[in-house]
Amino acid sequence: MPAPEVVSALEVRFSAAPYPLGVAVSPSALKEVLRTLKEQYGYRHYVLASATDRGETLEVLHGVRHPGNGDVIFVKVEVSAEDPRVPSVVDLYSGADWYEREVYDLFGVIFEGHPNLKRILLPEEYDRGHPLRKSFKAGTPYEPGFRFEEQVP
Amino acid sequence: MAEVTPKRLEDIAEEVVRFPGGGVALVRSDVLFHWAQKSSLWPLTFGLACCAIEMMATFANRFDLDRFGMIMRPTPRQADVMIIAGTVTIKMAPRIRKLYDQMPHPKWVIAMGSCAISGDHYRNIYSVVPGVDHVIPVDIYVPGCPPTPEALTEGVLALHKKIMEGSHARS
Repeated sequence: MPAPEVVSALEVRFSAAPYPLGVAVSPSALKEVLRTLKEQYGYRHYVLASATDRGETLEVLHGVRHPGNGDVIFVKVEVSAEDPRVPSVVDLYSGADWYEREVYDLFGVIFEGHPNLKRILLPEEYDRGHPLRKSFKAGTPYEPGFRFEEQVP
Repeated sequence: MAEVTPKRLEDIAEEVVRFPGGGVALVRSDVLFHWAQKSSLWPLTFGLACCAIEMMATFANRFDLDRFGMIMRPTPRQADVMIIAGTVTIKMAPRIRKLYDQMPHPKWVIAMGSCAISGDHYRNIYSVVPGVDHVIPVDIYVPGCPPTPEALTEGVLALHKKIMEGSHARS
């Protein structure tokens, strides 16, 4: 459970919406909320980034943890599925680097300001899109991305 | 010239003509070479998923593929056979092709387990190759999920038979 006094303070200060695991904020307020959590309340351990495809919108989650009391707060932002752009938090939490790349890889969320936003799990030449989106077509026939008779000396 | 011991040559005993009283035997060269090839099949140390655990068990002392002259080699340059033990992902496929191309001829491939054969229940997943024969030619398919050490040994023996017939899959 996220600490109620921190959540209510954030709700008042950033007009954040209540959310069972933490707070839901607008993309423009995301970095300010995380900076407040890190510098003022001591949530300096980055836990994870995740995303959910809701059809029209994508929900992007950042989880941060207080190393002293173990409390975890999730900060959720909602963006349109057509043009999912969220500010990157790598300059605040460098641990977010690979998590944001994973969310980009599987959901296609563009993290603006990320220093190295490219695929991390799938091959870089993967051309079928972002597979955890609901619009992804499964079962595309496999085509080797290289010539069969190519001989490496 | 060392005397030929009949026990070692039992697989090709019918092909060998021994001269009575002398240390000389006659045999067709292709028979001799195929016999030599199948008697020291060196596989590439290469496991992709859970089938590799079963493959390790097959190479360890209870089942012991060293009985057939199979010793794992850590480099494709010294390997004769590649055992694809596990799910082949799209990211792994070019690496497998490269390792296969680096192996010297003659070379053989054993596809071990349902995933290497067809992708099995991962067949339609976004990251999986539906069968390693999309990437490299396969000689022996060993079904199972995973195949038991006995099944893999059976596959090796089937490969021995195939080598003695002088054939291998070509790309």
